[in-house]
Amino acid sequence: MIELAEIHRDFLVGDQVVHALDDVTMTIESGEYVSIMGPSGSGKSTLLNLLGLLDRPTSGVYCLNGQDVTSLSDIEQAQVRNREIGFVFQMFHLVPRLTAAENVELPLILAGMLPERRKTKVADVLEDLGLADRSHHKPDQLSGGQRQRVAIARATVTEPRVLLADEPTGNLDHKSGTDVIRILEQLNERGITLIMVTHDPEMGQRARRQLRMIDGRLHSDVLNSDHVHHGNEAS
Amino acid sequence: MFITVMKLHSPDIAWFSWGALRGYPTRTWLMLTAMAIGVSAVVVLTSLGEGARLYVMDRFASLGTNLIIVFPGRSETAGINPTTMMGETPRDLTLNDALALTRSYKVRRIAPINVGSADVSYLSRSREVVVLGTTHEMLAIRHWELAQGKFLPAIDLDRASPVTVIGSKIRDELFGAERALGKWIRIGDSRFRVIGVMGSKGRSIGVDVQETIMIPIASAQQIFNTSSVFRILVEAKTREAIEPVKQFIIDTLQERHQGKKDVTVITQDAVLQTFDRILGALTYAVGGIAAISLAVAGILIMNVMLVAVSQRTAEIGLLKALGASPRQIIMLILAEAFMLSSLGAIVGFLLGQLGSWSIRYAFPDLPAYAPAWAIVIALAVAVITGLLFSLMPARRAARLDPVLALSGR
Ligand SMILES: Nc1ncnc2c1ncn2[C@@H]1O[C@H](COP(=O)(O)OP(=O)(O)O)[C@@H](O)[C@H]1O
Ligand SMILES: [Mg+2]
Repeated sequence: MIELAEIHRDFLVGDQVVHALDDVTMTIESGEYVSIMGPSGSGKSTLLNLLGLLDRPTSGVYCLNGQDVTSLSDIEQAQVRNREIGFVFQMFHLVPRLTAAENVELPLILAGMLPERRKTKVADVLEDLGLADRSHHKPDQLSGGQRQRVAIARATVTEPRVLLADEPTGNLDHKSGTDVIRILEQLNERGITLIMVTHDPEMGQRARRQLRMIDGRLHSDVLNSDHVHHGNEAS
Repeated sequence: MFITVMKLHSPDIAWFSWGALRGYPTRTWLMLTAMAIGVSAVVVLTSLGEGARLYVMDRFASLGTNLIIVFPGRSETAGINPTTMMGETPRDLTLNDALALTRSYKVRRIAPINVGSADVSYLSRSREVVVLGTTHEMLAIRHWELAQGKFLPAIDLDRASPVTVIGSKIRDELFGAERALGKWIRIGDSRFRVIGVMGSKGRSIGVDVQETIMIPIASAQQIFNTSSVFRILVEAKTREAIEPVKQFIIDTLQERHQGKKDVTVITQDAVLQTFDRILGALTYAVGGIAAISLAVAGILIMNVMLVAVSQRTAEIGLLKALGASPRQIIMLILAEAFMLSSLGAIVGFLLGQLGSWSIRYAFPDLPAYAPAWAIVIALAVAVITGLLFSLMPARRAARLDPVLALSGR
């Protein structure tokens, strides 16, 4: 379970303060499927980075599974990232010199898992995502859709409870984008909490819960097709 | 929340860092070269210094064992003494002085010598040659070897005898292919019979035995018309006996010279030690300079690693997103630096060994082997500077903001 309370994230640009996140409060239950939409620069990525512990809020409290994670040390946060959270990026971010299997293996290596267990886990995940025959290919030998599937395999090989995806289809054509979304949804059906930032309304509307950000504020929070205005909305 | 601390396994670190090194070959080669040049410089320069030291030491050692050399006059820097003040010339050493020095059980043997040059001829061939007047004992004192015949006979010091032992070069020049043993040659106005030819072993500082001819000292005194002795070589029985024998010589000669300390006694040990110190210091100095060049290579390493970190910003950000702790990032970068510098050190060591081998090949007389301490220091300095100078880039990598790193902002 994710609980955000009065989260602010300010950036200093020159001598100007940018409120990338402005008093965000919300709760996301385990196993939810949430899409975050909104115009460019509205703070979607900033919110996702905060949820993934890649960034710390300027103020506010973030509780993950009942624990306040904002007060954890760097090392503890790294461990939480490794075990509880999976990231999927728009740019894939695969290490070009490593094969697909080796890229997927990285988080397990960082977790200190022994090689034999790693190999079987990696093989299982790649098999699951239909990449078994691509496991020894380098990223530049793979299509965009395959690369993103490798990235998803890497994000889920540690069996995290939360999967964060920042515009996962942004660099893909429509067909492979839809494939990737289906894979993410299947993972969600098996119980993972899926939080996905997207530009594309068609993709975003597939989610059971849709958040809309505007100017760093949570503008709306829609469940199914019932449109519910968020309490923070001032105007 | 978590009690266990995540640990990277060393094979995994090695695998990852090795991959990173191979992924950026230019950088890798640059650093390898810098390290290798530094290490091989240390190895080659110290092997040169050490070779020179051993060469000189060897030459001095071949003068003889436990050797003490006596010559007339005080040459100590202690400076002004009554003799020089009065303008007196020091008293000469004599054969009787030499005889007196045999009267200590700590003295194994003595050999007085006289040196001069004289015309030596056989039939129509003639040349000017260094003539060494000495005794039977000289052969043993200087560890010389004979090629043919016998050395000077063991006769009383003051007995002249018309026999001579000649160097092999002299033999070649005077006799050519003809047999020299038993032939009579003319030295100055006297005739001497050749009874021996010196062997090739006998190169040493001072005289080249191959271009010398030797006759009994009493005969030499007649030819050069003198009653004095140029030097007395004394061999002590043991190394420990050198100092007491030196004192014995000083005391004996002072007594014989009416209480005047008018001789100089030097031990080969003292000479050796001086050279040893000077040349040893030289080796340390060149080794040190080369080691500094190695440390300078460290600055290059730091820059190269900084470039490496910024080249791989996205990768480091990714590792952080995957849950790498700052410590793990530092470990990975340091592992890279460690591999690079140890590889460079090993390559440099091999190059250096090749270099000193080439020196030995070009100058067979020079035992140019890098001393063990220099090799150990070169390798240690290489690896330590590699690590130290990568610490800053590694810290910078660990502090990278993953969000910025991944966004490429
Ligand atoms: N590291 C940063 N430094 C300065 N400004 C930033 C930084 N990250 C984000 N911002 C600003 O915060 C706002 C929200 O950015 P972002 O979360 O990336 O928007 P989105 O993902 O919705 O397009 C933007 O105005 C952006 O310029
Ligand atoms: Mg964004």
